[in-house]
Amino acid sequence: MNWFTSLLTSTLGRKMIMALTGLFLVLFLVIHLIGNLQLLKSDGGNAFNVYAQFMGHNPLIQTVSIGNFAFILIHAIWALLLTLHNRRSRGEVGYAVSNNSSAWMSRSMGILGTLILIFLIVHLQGFWFQMKFGNVPFVTVDGKDVKDLYTVVDAAYQNIGFVALYVFSMCALGFHLWHGFASAFQTLGLNHLKYNPIIRFVGRAYAIIVPALFAIIPIWMYLN
Amino acid sequence: MKINLKIWRQKNKDTKGSFKSYALDNVSTDMSFLEMLDVLNHDLIHKGEESVAFDHDCREGICGMCSLYINGRPHGPQQTTTCQLHMRSFKDGETIVIEPWRAKAFPVIRDLVVDRTAFDRIQQAGGYVSVNTGGVPDANEIAISKKIADEAFDSAACIGCGACVAACKNASAMLFVSAKVSQLALLPQGKPERKERVEKMVAQMDAEDFGACTNTGACEAECPKGISLTNIARMNREYFSAITTSYEIELKGGD
Ligand code: HEM
Ligand code: SF4
Ligand code: FES
Repeated sequence: MNWFTSLLTSTLGRKMIMALTGLFLVLFLVIHLIGNLQLLKSDGGNAFNVYAQFMGHNPLIQTVSIGNFAFILIHAIWALLLTLHNRRSRGEVGYAVSNNSSAWMSRSMGILGTLILIFLIVHLQGFWFQMKFGNVPFVTVDGKDVKDLYTVVDAAYQNIGFVALYVFSMCALGFHLWHGFASAFQTLGLNHLKYNPIIRFVGRAYAIIVPALFAIIPIWMYLN
Repeated sequence: MKINLKIWRQKNKDTKGSFKSYALDNVSTDMSFLEMLDVLNHDLIHKGEESVAFDHDCREGICGMCSLYINGRPHGPQQTTTCQLHMRSFKDGETIVIEPWRAKAFPVIRDLVVDRTAFDRIQQAGGYVSVNTGGVPDANEIAISKKIADEAFDSAACIGCGACVAACKNASAMLFVSAKVSQLALLPQGKPERKERVEKMVAQMDAEDFGACTNTGACEAECPKGISLTNIARMNREYFSAITTSYEIELKGGD
């Protein structure tokens, strides 16, 4: 087998792809969060609309965003391949009694990921698709016409069901990353007594803070 | 003490198995788990029934032959081998469920005995150093720091029992393979074949249909020899650097 194919298809290689795409998404979420926090400014959505306009038109951002979509897809497809392969490896007959001594997050990465994927579809359909192809009205900010995504978001967040879905999905994301962040470093072989505690700490802090801030936005906008 | 046993019985590889219940009345708390099974088998043979097949050899915790998934955990409630487990770890009147290791790569041959030769084939694929003939080198010629020697020794403690595979929800053999890769990768004697070794052993591990590690840590928690997840990270490092920088080698696991 060609070395590159075996790198991509071996169990270790597949895991490497999961880890690299996962860590890219971790970075992406920080950028995304910083933008979204503009929604909390009480300026009638001006700052957010300018940000959305910038993200939608800057060529560099557009290129990265294609990569981002590709990485989400690759992460999800490789997750499916990996999970199916692992199921098969377990064999046909299972244990009658099992007291598995591992954290349930680590055992439920496939399910947590699937919840995130469902959320992503709803999320992209609701905002990204509207922004690209829907009829979003224009507003003028500082003499420039920009699409008023703020109003679309604001309207969506008046729906309690929608807000609940967001908060629930952010919990799933938090659990996914509680295990996933440190796990990705382990997978890439980045395990060292000097750095393990900091990786674990940053991972857990990230897994709490980032999803929490994402979840606060719809709650805050619903209440206002 | 009295105990009830629910034991997996299966005639051979191709038949379906099922649980059968047994009761033992006179079990001493000082018996090892395997001695308790010996007593059961003694009774069964006296009654003219088929005895329960289970693996064992050294009975002193060093060979890795004994297995058994006891009450939902490999090697039972203690983090040790089954031969080193004693009946005092169980309560009087307790029902003990005994199952074989379950993994596609470890097919059940009979009752509680599984075929673990997949591990042997992984070892044969690269888990050795080629020793060329010649004079014996002087003992202190190759300097190895104490830390590294200790670490290699810790990895070498793996007895190939397969509890890691049995415990893992993915039936992944990575704790075993990484221990075997590590013990040699850490030492100067293992360096010449370092890249080829990890590539071949991982290819064989995949060919045997073991699963992929998702870092749940269930293996480390059950390993009777305390092999740590650090080994898996080391194997991953070894593998990525080997596959991206080695001269192309024939990568085909098989039997
Ligand atoms: C599209 C939906 C998603 C699915 C189906 C999915 C599924 C999975 C699965 C099955 C794993 C492997 C579990 C493991 O190896 O421990 C995994 C790992 C991971 N995921 Fe996701 N995930 C999704 C979205 C995300 C997102 C949005 C992020 C980042 C914000 C993310 C970050 C990670 C990380 C960092 C890992 C750890 C990689 C490793 O263990 O080496 N995932 N994911
Ligand atoms: S790593 Fe531990 S559990 Fe796995 S085979 Fe070696 S000794 Fe047994
Ligand atoms: S019989 Fe040898 S380790 Fe248990």
